[in-house]
Amino acid sequence: MWPSRVIEMREEKPGPIWLRLYALTVYLFLYTPILVLILFSFNKSRRNSSWGGFTTSWYATLWHNESLMRALANSLKVACLATLISTVIGTMAALALSRYQFRGRETVGSLAYLPMMVPEIVMGIALLTFFIKMGIQLSIVSVILAHVAFSVGYVTVTVRTRLAGLAGNLEEAAADLGATPMETFWLVTFPRILPGIMSGALLAFTLSFDDFVITFFTAGIGATTLPLKIYSMLKFGVTPEVNAISTIMLAFTVCLLALWSRLESDPKSLGR
Amino acid sequence: MRRFLVWGLVLPFVLYNLTFVIFPLFTVLYQSLFPIDAEYNVSSSATLANFKVAFSAATMEVMWRSARYALTTTAACMLLGYPLAYYIAVYGGRLRNQLLILVVLPFWTSYLIRTFAWTTLLQKEGVVNHLLLSLHLIRQPLQMLNTEFSVILGLTYGFLPFATLPIYVSLENQDRSLVEAAHDLGATPFQAFWKVVFPLSLPGVISASLITFVPAMGDFVSAEILGSPETTMIGNLIQQQFLALFNWPMGSALSLVLMLLMVTSMALYVAFAGDRDA
Repeated sequence: MWPSRVIEMREEKPGPIWLRLYALTVYLFLYTPILVLILFSFNKSRRNSSWGGFTTSWYATLWHNESLMRALANSLKVACLATLISTVIGTMAALALSRYQFRGRETVGSLAYLPMMVPEIVMGIALLTFFIKMGIQLSIVSVILAHVAFSVGYVTVTVRTRLAGLAGNLEEAAADLGATPMETFWLVTFPRILPGIMSGALLAFTLSFDDFVITFFTAGIGATTLPLKIYSMLKFGVTPEVNAISTIMLAFTVCLLALWSRLESDPKSLGR
Repeated sequence: MRRFLVWGLVLPFVLYNLTFVIFPLFTVLYQSLFPIDAEYNVSSSATLANFKVAFSAATMEVMWRSARYALTTTAACMLLGYPLAYYIAVYGGRLRNQLLILVVLPFWTSYLIRTFAWTTLLQKEGVVNHLLLSLHLIRQPLQMLNTEFSVILGLTYGFLPFATLPIYVSLENQDRSLVEAAHDLGATPFQAFWKVVFPLSLPGVISASLITFVPAMGDFVSAEILGSPETTMIGNLIQQQFLALFNWPMGSALSLVLMLLMVTSMALYVAFAGDRDA
């Protein structure tokens, strides 16, 4: 009882002052551009260099922008489906890789890193070439297929990293106590790796929702996602609307992440 | 039975990667061998003509520039991300998850927008110049936009959240009692960090730098939005070949050369880092 209490108290120390200042500076670096962006979404002036007074009119115009709303719907559709598929496939692979010894394990393991080794633009042009040569029409389906291709490796690596930190003793104990492999998985393994799966899924969703480059090459007509729409808006220099839509995206994200942090801080799913 | 289970778990992953990653890459290789002429006629026999152009001095200059930008970006991300990840993992306490979410949060907004957001800050009449002028640190507004600086800044800003995560995971998974043990054996805090914590976090650092270097090297967004013709990266050249000049075989050859250079440098890096680890 005592030693663990002592360690806990040590972990609550605030840390050296220089490290706290450094961390604060990095947070400032991360947030200043975003805060400025949010600020300028309320700017009356169309120019993004001077402040012309407060307005919310740019937000009102967004709701009447039909193509923008369609792009948002496309983005959500793509991200949800791509996350679902890549999380299932990736978690399965991560389980096999971290729990079992089998022939070809190293090769499969390095396969997970392949999409990370390949630059996005190369993945984009490769998938574009592939879809055209195979006669697959560029559509929302081709975008989803492409998004799974680049996110499944990230899920595998994330879940596997989490699994590697957990000893297999509990599974062995469960098996010794007569649990079937299925029972062992759902009652012992799964609750412990759930945070890993969640962060893997979160990563996949992030990558998909944010992806511009691969979508740029694999989306056909009618499959315009939000980043693609924003890119075309930027070309025309429509800054305040772009700032407004990104502010909404940020708010949406905060809600999702708040949900996620709840799941994560549940002591049962912490896996430790 | 067990073997059946293992392959059942792994097979979807393997098949998906074969179909949608490896096979498409081979179609690119195939396509690059058949150049097109000025009238868009595809060559009937395989030649290496496209690769001659891809390895020419002019293209190589762009290639090295991209590598330089990517390396600088990776170094900057490690310098900013490691202490941040360390702070959260060790001193985050109860707020750990929240602090980590704060790091990932910017990543959730479109990379395009985050890149574009810098133009508001960096332009001649922008926020940064205003601030520096009013603090009397400079007399004339600085030209920050459309320079190497702004492109590398954009890249660093884009990939920092992503670089921090793997480092954090490797630090968070560490058994803190190892540090206690080091202290008990007489190590100073710095020694305990350098001899115990840092080596154990190396896998995280390696994957963080891979995760930064690869997308930075092939990026075209930052150079397009924050750069100038003098800061053209290889990604911009490839994009031009595919979407402006419609010379897909040439773009394919450029992509393959980019990958070749990257895989070579990455293999060297992993081998070197792996040696140090052992």
